Amino acid sequence: MVTSIQILFILVAIITLGCALMVVTASNLVHSALWLVAALFGVAIVFAILEAGFLAVVQVVIYIGAIAVLIIFAIMLTRRIAQDSGPRFNENWGWAVVIALVLFAALGWMLASQPVAHAPLAPMDARADPLRSLGLALVSINGYVLPFELASVLLLAALIGSIVVAWEKK
Amino acid sequence: MVPLSWYLIFAAGLFSVGLFGVLARKNAIGILMGIELMLNAVNVNLVAFWRYREPAGIAGQVFAVIVFAVAAAEVAVGLALFISIYRRRNTIAADQIDLMKW
Amino acid sequence: MTRETLIISLIPLPPLLAFFMIILFSNRNKALSHTIAVGAAFLSWLGSMVVCFWAIQTEHLGAEPFHFQIPWLPMGDTWLNIGVLVDPLSAITLFFVAWTVLMIFVYSIGYHNFGQPKGDHDRPGLPPHGATLSDVHGHKHTVPSIEPMYSRFFAFIGLFAFGMYLLVLSDNFLTLFVGWEVMGLCSYLLIGFWYGKPSARAAMIKAFLTTRVGDVFMLLGIAYLYSQLGTLSYRDVLYNAANLEKLASTSSYIVGLSAASLIGILLFIGTIGKSAQWPLHVWLPDAMEGPTPVSAMIHAATMVSAGVYMVIRAYPIMSAGMEHGHLTPPMIAMGIIGAFTALFAATIAVLQRDVKRVLAYSTISQLGYMIAALGIGGYVAAAFHLVTHAFFKANLFLGSGSVIHGMEHGVLHTGEHVDPQDMYNMGGLRRKMPVTFWTFLIGGLALSGFPLVTAGFWSKDEILADGFAHAPLVFIVLALAALLTAFYTARQITLVFLGEPRTKAAHHAVESKPTMTLPLVILAIFSVGFGWLGISEHFPLIGGLIPNFIHEFVGSTLLEMPEALPFSIVPLLTSLVVALGGLTLGWWVYQGIKAGVMDPVEKLLGPSISSLLKNKYYFDELYHFLFVRPANWIAVTFTSLWMDRIVIDGILHGVASLTGTLGHFFRNYIDKPIVNGSGDLVADSTKKLGGEFRTIQTGRIQQYMVLALVSIGVFSGFYYFVVPILRSFLFTMGR
Repeated sequence: MVTSIQILFILVAIITLGCALMVVTASNLVHSALWLVAALFGVAIVFAILEAGFLAVVQVVIYIGAIAVLIIFAIMLTRRIAQDSGPRFNENWGWAVVIALVLFAALGWMLASQPVAHAPLAPMDARADPLRSLGLALVSINGYVLPFELASVLLLAALIGSIVVAWEKK
Repeated sequence: MVPLSWYLIFAAGLFSVGLFGVLARKNAIGILMGIELMLNAVNVNLVAFWRYREPAGIAGQVFAVIVFAVAAAEVAVGLALFISIYRRRNTIAADQIDLMKW
Repeated sequence: MTRETLIISLIPLPPLLAFFMIILFSNRNKALSHTIAVGAAFLSWLGSMVVCFWAIQTEHLGAEPFHFQIPWLPMGDTWLNIGVLVDPLSAITLFFVAWTVLMIFVYSIGYHNFGQPKGDHDRPGLPPHGATLSDVHGHKHTVPSIEPMYSRFFAFIGLFAFGMYLLVLSDNFLTLFVGWEVMGLCSYLLIGFWYGKPSARAAMIKAFLTTRVGDVFMLLGIAYLYSQLGTLSYRDVLYNAANLEKLASTSSYIVGLSAASLIGILLFIGTIGKSAQWPLHVWLPDAMEGPTPVSAMIHAATMVSAGVYMVIRAYPIMSAGMEHGHLTPPMIAMGIIGAFTALFAATIAVLQRDVKRVLAYSTISQLGYMIAALGIGGYVAAAFHLVTHAFFKANLFLGSGSVIHGMEHGVLHTGEHVDPQDMYNMGGLRRKMPVTFWTFLIGGLALSGFPLVTAGFWSKDEILADGFAHAPLVFIVLALAALLTAFYTARQITLVFLGEPRTKAAHHAVESKPTMTLPLVILAIFSVGFGWLGISEHFPLIGGLIPNFIHEFVGSTLLEMPEALPFSIVPLLTSLVVALGGLTLGWWVYQGIKAGVMDPVEKLLGPSISSLLKNKYYFDELYHFLFVRPANWIAVTFTSLWMDRIVIDGILHGVASLTGTLGHFFRNYIDKPIVNGSGDLVADSTKKLGGEFRTIQTGRIQQYMVLALVSIGVFSGFYYFVVPILRSFLFTMGR
């Protein structure tokens, strides 16, 4: 019996995969970036289906709002007027297709054959607040404060690093 | 109820597409976009496992949050690099950045 | 070691040391060299006189000689002993050797013109040719110059003296042979003293090789003796009746000869070589190429006397097996060859023109006398004649040297180009060189056997008496030879000293210096006086006044004292007639001969016989044809050309070129292509492979990633799918 959520999921999955394919095959780079936005959106919806609402929002805000925008900026900055479209694949694309297909097949088969993949959904307490526990976990000593702090340092380093790398010397 | 395997297959497919983009795209930013797809696929996997195995524990989401942070950092640095390279060489086609060749 | 044997052992040393010292140190200093040499000769003379004095005083010296020996050469269980021995024979030989050696050494100082200036064109290796001096008025005249190789001469005669002393004083045949060979070497060196002259070089080789022929046989004899008896000591071989008996009764390799006879013949062949008997006489006349003191040394005092001394010493072996007057084969051989040589050489001497050649042939003849005497059993007579001959022959040779010196002075003075040695250019020298004349006369009379007052008479008389008693044929031959001897001696004296000078050079001859004339006088004294020691008891009138010392003393050397001969008037009369007659005849034929006249004897004999005699019976030519030319051919053609250059060098060149070819082959066909090639191949293939492989490194990251992922895929597929199949396959196989 196919439930509605399954249909929803299948739809979202197909759309997302389609957008992802367009990302990698679009010849115009800006188009490719826009398809990426769409794909990211799709992933956000998947997060929502998985009842990770916070992550869905974070996905939209960070990935789409920051990263995809950043990518579009970079595309703008590295455009050459006459070269928006051109050959988009290098000479190895045949091998790449093979690899991708093989990997998909292997991963899919392996993951699907694991018994855990067919386990039922674990019950989630209705009163549990994933957001609250996430926030607490990120700052508690017994939790994941260290990775959290490290991630922030990493972001700081990335920030400084990218400024330094992209600094235009006069 | 959506079986976990569907999520996993979906993530695998997204990952493969991203891999194809990484291996086959000429433009460096195209490669970066492929990387983003792959990272997203990983995130989907993580969250799916979190929801289906132990939603009470928060490790899955924490991991996903860290992945977000890392992805952001990586994109920032990578694009900075691309801009710098573009300024130098006036191109960001990956097969033209081949100074380390024989 | 007693005091006698100590002195005896030391006697040969001074001349040897003189040789080394002169050669090593004092070659430049002529005065020092002759001082060392004469000093050494004097020391040896002193030692010899002391030893002779003691020898005479000792009774029964023959039975108990001064003897000392040491074991020297280990031969398995036994030792070969060497040492010194003085018995009567050695004592008497030592006496004349010491005197003549010393006289010759002193004489050499003057002969080689010590004190004269260096010559104008003199070079070492050639005889000195005179120095030109100019006096106050600018007159130039040439005087004799000093010998350039002065020190070398004294060194060599020192070595010569050592060899002779060693030979005389040794107590065994081995060291006798050593001394023999040392003298052979020295005669080679000294005959060729003036090595710049081709004739001297030829003569030195001839002398050495001819005596060598004899020496080989002598060594065979010594070896055979050793193999029979196991010892070479005189006391064990010669004075031991049992050993002599053994030798006489053992038969040798040659049928009919006992071991003693074979040994005797072999030893005698050594003497034939060394004492220049026929047929090995050819070297001695050529040996006149050496300086006159050398001729005196070799042909009177030492070398030829050594030959006769050796056979006299070995007489017991030669005569072993002699029964009742039957001569043994070696004695027969000695008798025949000795007598023949005596006559043969005397005939040649008659027609010689060179003053030294006459004396050379005379020496050969006189040695024949001694050997013939020994051959017929005249032991004492042979020894006696050996001693007297040494004195008067040395006297004659040194006298002839003095004559030549005077003539050379005349030649240099007048500038005339005449041969100073040709008797026909001399004449009347008795007035110019009186001392030389009188001493030469005494020597010549001794040689001829002038009765009573000369030593030669007494010793020759003994030999003739022995010949008459035992072998009449030998007696007749020796008498004829004595006649010829007297004849040519008178011829020589007449041509040289009597009459008038035949050339200007002879007119300007001068007497020699005292260093030369004093030895002549001393030797002349001995030529006169020594004979009186051997007057036979039965001699009419004076016999018995003085005991026959020689007979008593020398005779005691043998095991059995030889019996004194019964007196017979025939040999005495024969020797008187022959001597006086020959002398008178010679004087009469040659007196008053003028320059340019043909030799009367030559005229008498006619051209063919004369040329036969003058060319020494063509023996030199015969030997040249028989021996020298084949030897030359072997050396030049067979050995040098065929064997050496064609075969051996051919092989060498063949090997060399083969090596070259092999090397070339190895280098170009194996080394370069294979060895170098494989090395290059490795390098090149590595480069090429590297070149191929490096194209993988395109610098494009995506390509790297594709490669990596494909590889991972392939390997994982292999590992996950193929390996289990293989494992199960192997598993089923293993069962």
